[in-house]
Amino acid sequence: MTRIIQSFLVILFAVLFCTGVSRANEADSTATEGGISKKFNAGKFVIEHVSDSYEWHIATFGETEISVPLPIILYSSTKRWNVFMSSQFHHGHETYNNFRIEAEGKNEGKIVELNDQGEVLSLPVDLSISKTVAGIFVSVIVLLFIFLSIAKSAKQRVNQAPSGMQNLFEPIILFVRDDVAKPAIGEKRYERFMPFLLTVFFFILINNLLGLIPVFPFGANVTGNIGVTMVLALFTFFVTTFNTNKHYWKEIYNPEVPWWLKYPIPLMPIVELTGVITKPFVLMVRLFANILAGHLIVTVFVSLIFIFAQIMGIEAGLGVSVISVAFSVFMLLLDVLVSFIQAYVFTLLSALYFGMASPEHH
Amino acid sequence: MGFVTPDYGTIFWMLIIFGIVLFILKKFAWAPILKALKDREQSISDALNSAEKARKDVAGLKAANDQIIAEARKEKDLILKEARDIKDKIVAEAKNQANAEAQKSIEFARQQIAAEKTAAINDIKKQVAELSVLIAEKVIKKELEKSKDQEVLVESLLKDLKLK
Repeated sequence: MTRIIQSFLVILFAVLFCTGVSRANEADSTATEGGISKKFNAGKFVIEHVSDSYEWHIATFGETEISVPLPIILYSSTKRWNVFMSSQFHHGHETYNNFRIEAEGKNEGKIVELNDQGEVLSLPVDLSISKTVAGIFVSVIVLLFIFLSIAKSAKQRVNQAPSGMQNLFEPIILFVRDDVAKPAIGEKRYERFMPFLLTVFFFILINNLLGLIPVFPFGANVTGNIGVTMVLALFTFFVTTFNTNKHYWKEIYNPEVPWWLKYPIPLMPIVELTGVITKPFVLMVRLFANILAGHLIVTVFVSLIFIFAQIMGIEAGLGVSVISVAFSVFMLLLDVLVSFIQAYVFTLLSALYFGMASPEHH
Repeated sequence: MGFVTPDYGTIFWMLIIFGIVLFILKKFAWAPILKALKDREQSISDALNSAEKARKDVAGLKAANDQIIAEARKEKDLILKEARDIKDKIVAEAKNQANAEAQKSIEFARQQIAAEKTAAINDIKKQVAELSVLIAEKVIKKELEKSKDQEVLVESLLKDLKLK
């Protein structure tokens, strides 16, 4: 019985994809008739899916793009502050108030300021609420909602068994406390780092998971953005540096190694100092690369369908869709696992750095 | 926007948002949640400790009870032993007293008998003396009549007397 249901579902999926592809082809043909060649560009499709943008793209039906406009905030020396919605650009096709999104060249994807003759004047300071920033806002709202309500029930139910959402998240909080913070930092000092570790852990976890949901208010590639992971790593770096003791700096500037490793060329201090910078750098790259790769692979598998359909006809696309969908589902499930692992790894390594910053004397 | 070049706009907003979120969560979420967790752990461990203490108290109480029972039993044995001793003593005393009493009665009877005997002997002696006197009187009278007969008589009288 389950077999039959399975095969039915596979056929259903295939049919859906088939119709999707045929519609795309229709749009393609009409577009070609209109004189604009519009072919499926897999590289562009994948990159656009994971990169930041000035509007939140939801779907494209033929020529009509459905997207949520986001606020653009610009500062230029000539025109001072400029705040307007990204819908003014009409998906990047038009110029507004002498600002334009560059379609190609070295400033591709950036907003440039033009003079009246239409020449590129300069790059304005761009503090727009891009898709990533909007995604951060969404996840922060989720984060605050979850944990403020847990805090409320924690206050109300003093010395009682946890209930509801509190029940779901308390084991994770306890895990961060007992299996991450305590062993890495030590019984005495772990408490001061708990708020940061918990915030980082749940911020990363919720962003990772929300990034996997491909429906509008979610699905922004937040933790796969290097700017975001850079800020997280910087926070870890500064918390580490502001909680150091004498012992930590001695290990860096005057480690206990044979003298010739320190004089006349300070080899070990250089290595140690590099390590100080490398640690947050590695944190930044690891999280960013893992999440980005997960998103990339899923979109690549989906775009495979369209590539095959374009090259070898709809039937090939149909055949490939079965495999592609199966792989995409598998990758998404793997990404759920990766979401947890990356949040854990980032938190654990941060905790280890905090623990190393002021080692307890033996 | 390239992948590996961090966008300063994103960094700017992320710094602000994450900073604010860190502050809000630290103050309004983590503080009460961690405190609640700690309090609950404390109350659970307190409850476990007091349960352990109660268990120990009960065990101690049981030991004390056992001791009291053992002491009571010992005391009972002691009392019983004492009672038995007293009984034995009383019986022995009574026996002794009875013996002494009997001895006394026998002694008294013996003395009585001895006294009676002495009295009887004395009485016999008196009668013999009287008889002697009487015989002597008669002998003397007979001598006066016939000396030979007198002798015979005295003789026979003495013989009689000896037999008595």
